[in-house]
Amino acid sequence: MSGEGSENGVGVEEMKVRRVAGTGVPVRGDDIDTDQIIPARFLKTTTWEGMDQYAFYDARRDDDGELNDHPFNEYKGANVLVVNDNFGCGSSREHAPRALARWGVEAIVGESFAEIFADNCKSLGIPAATTDPETVAELQDFIEANPSAGIELDVVDETVTYDGKTVDVDIDEAMRGALVQGIWDTVALLRSNMDAIDETAADLPYVDR
Amino acid sequence: MSEGTLYDKVWARHKVADLPNGQDQLFIGLHLIHEVTSPQPFSELRERGIEVPFPERNVATVDHIVPTRPEGRERPLADESAEGMLTALERNTSETGIQFYGLESEKQGITHVVAPELGLTQPGTTVVCGDSHTATHGAFGAIAFGIGTSQVRDVLASQCVAADKAEVRRIEVDGRLGEGVHSKDLILKIIAELGVDGGVGYVYEYGGEAVRDLSMEERLAVCNMSIEGGARAGYINPDETTYEFLRGREFAPEGDAFEERKAYWESIASDPDADYDDVVHLDAGNLEPMVTWGTNPGQAVGIGDPVPAPEDLPEGERDAARAAQEHTGVTPGEPMAGYPIDVAFLGTCTNGRASDFREAAAVLEGREVHPDVRALAVPGSGTVKSTLEAEGVDDIFREAGFDWREAGCSMCLAMNDDSLEGSERCASSSNRNYVGRQGSKDGRTVLMSPAMVAAAAVEGEVADVRDLTEVDA
Repeated sequence: MSGEGSENGVGVEEMKVRRVAGTGVPVRGDDIDTDQIIPARFLKTTTWEGMDQYAFYDARRDDDGELNDHPFNEYKGANVLVVNDNFGCGSSREHAPRALARWGVEAIVGESFAEIFADNCKSLGIPAATTDPETVAELQDFIEANPSAGIELDVVDETVTYDGKTVDVDIDEAMRGALVQGIWDTVALLRSNMDAIDETAADLPYVDR
Repeated sequence: MSEGTLYDKVWARHKVADLPNGQDQLFIGLHLIHEVTSPQPFSELRERGIEVPFPERNVATVDHIVPTRPEGRERPLADESAEGMLTALERNTSETGIQFYGLESEKQGITHVVAPELGLTQPGTTVVCGDSHTATHGAFGAIAFGIGTSQVRDVLASQCVAADKAEVRRIEVDGRLGEGVHSKDLILKIIAELGVDGGVGYVYEYGGEAVRDLSMEERLAVCNMSIEGGARAGYINPDETTYEFLRGREFAPEGDAFEERKAYWESIASDPDADYDDVVHLDAGNLEPMVTWGTNPGQAVGIGDPVPAPEDLPEGERDAARAAQEHTGVTPGEPMAGYPIDVAFLGTCTNGRASDFREAAAVLEGREVHPDVRALAVPGSGTVKSTLEAEGVDDIFREAGFDWREAGCSMCLAMNDDSLEGSERCASSSNRNYVGRQGSKDGRTVLMSPAMVAAAAVEGEVADVRDLTEVDA
C-alpha cells in the first residue's frame, strides 16, 4: 500500500492511506460488473493468488485466447485505475477488488461505484474517489496520451493531481476516515499495537520470547 | 458482569489493548490451523508482505478433507480440490515456519484431538481455530473459541483477535453419572435443557461434582459441544485431573518448570466467591443415556423417554419440531429405542479419543455388528489409532464387523468420501444432526455417546446400552 511508510505492515503509520501516487490506467465503460472484473469460474480456489491474471480475464483476450490491447495488458505497473459510472455493480464478490489489487491497483477514481464494491475496496485499503464525468473523461484522455505521467490521489485533501493541475474529488467520509486514520482493516488495527502485543506475550508465563 | 472467574482472569492476562472500534484486542496463545479455512488468509498475508510474527504459537494439521481409507491417502489425493487444499497448507506452513502434522505424520488428526494429546492445550491460555468446535479446548481451563476466515488472517498477522467479552454462565452439575451414562449424555442434556441458542452471549463454565468426576477425555466432549448450545466457548476449571493429563506430554513443561507453570494454572481458576452473570443447576443423578430425535442437537431425550409431541412443546419450537420429525421419521409418544439404524459412526472431535473407543469396545467385545448395519470406526488422530492398536482394541472393532479407518473428520461433515446415502439413519458419536450434515440431504443422524453407538451397531436399532451390559453381566 503506498500510504506512508514501507510495505512491511509494521506499526500504525503503514496502515494509513493518505495518498496514492503513481501512474494511471483507464478502463472505459459504464456498469462494469464484478463478473466482468473477475468471472465466476475463477472463484473456486484456495488462494487469492493468480487473481491478477483473472482481472478482466475475458475482456483481456481475443477469441483465440491471445492477449489483446485491453488497458490491463497495456498499462502494466500503473496503480491508479480511472473508470466511469456504476463501476463494480452486480455480485458482491470480494474477489473483484482483490483481483484489481493483485494486478497493482491501489486507488480508483470514477464517476460512481456500486456500494458493496466500494465497501470491499475499503476493507482492502483501496480508496475509491468519485468526480464528475467530464473530469473522468479528461483524466482518461490524459493517461492515454501520457501513459507514464505521474498521477496522485490525495485522500486527506480529496484531490487528484496530474498534468500540473489539481482537481477536487469526493471520497465517502466513512471510507476516508477509516483510510486516513488507518482503521480500515483489522489486520492493520491489530498490528498497530505490535509493541503492546509483545509486552502482553512477554508477561504470559507460557510464552517464551 | 462476571468477576473473579477463570474467564475474567484469562481475558485480562491476554488483553492487549482497547480498540477504537470498541472491541478488545486479545492475544492468542495457540492458533490451530487446518486446510479448510486457512488458504486465503495465508495468501493474503503473502500478498501484503506480512510475516507471521509468532509462528511457534501456531500449529497445523489436516483433518476435514482427508480420506480415511489407507489406500486413499496416497498423494496426489484423488479429489483434486482436496489435494489443492492440502498442498496449500503444506506450502503455507513450510514458508511461515509453522509446525504441520501432515498425512505422513503419525500425529496427524483432528485439530481438537491432536492439540490436547500433544500437551499443546494448557490451562490459562487462549486458543482459537477457524472451526467452531475449538470450544473443546476449554476442558483444560483455556478460553477457546472458533473464529472466521478473516480472523484466521488476523491471528496469523498479529497473533491477536478483535473480540467482545461475553457473559459467564456457571452450569453446576450435582450428583454422579450412573452406569452407562457418559459425558456426551450430560452435554446433550444441558443443550436440551437450555436450548440450542440458550448460550448466545455467554461462555459456559461447567462445574459441580459430576463435572469434577469426569476424565479429561470426557471433559473435552462436554466443552466441544458448547457451541451446539449457542455458547461461543465453554470451560472447566483446571484441577489435578487436568495436571495429571498434561504431565509428560510432548509440549507440556517438564520437572520444575511444570510445577512453576502449575502455580499459574491454579491462579487462573475461578475464585470460590466469583460472580457469575447466570447460574444454572442440574442433577446428573437421574440422567439417562441421551439420543436426539430431531435435526438439532437440542432435540434430544433420554433413551427411555417418549419423543415429544410438537404440540406439547413451547409454541416457538413446534414448527421446527414438526419439520424435524418429518425429516427423521419418528413418531411422537414413542421412545427412540427400536428405530432401525443403517450406519454406526464412531469418531470426530467430540468422541474420537482413545477412551471413547475403549468404552465402545467394552460393549462390542464378543458381539457382532448387525448384518444390516455398516459400521465405521475413525480414530481422532494417528496417536489414538496407534494407541488402540497397541492395546488390541482395533481387533475388537474388526472382529465385531467395524471398518477400522485412518484419522480424520470423516462422516461428521462428509467432506471426504465417507457419507450417508439416501435416507440412511446413522447412530453417530458426532456433534451435529443438521439436515444434510453427514453428506446426504435425506440422511438422518441420531447423536449419542460412543457406548450407545456400539449398542446401536450391535442391535441394528437405537438401543439402551445399559440393557446390553445387563444381559452380558
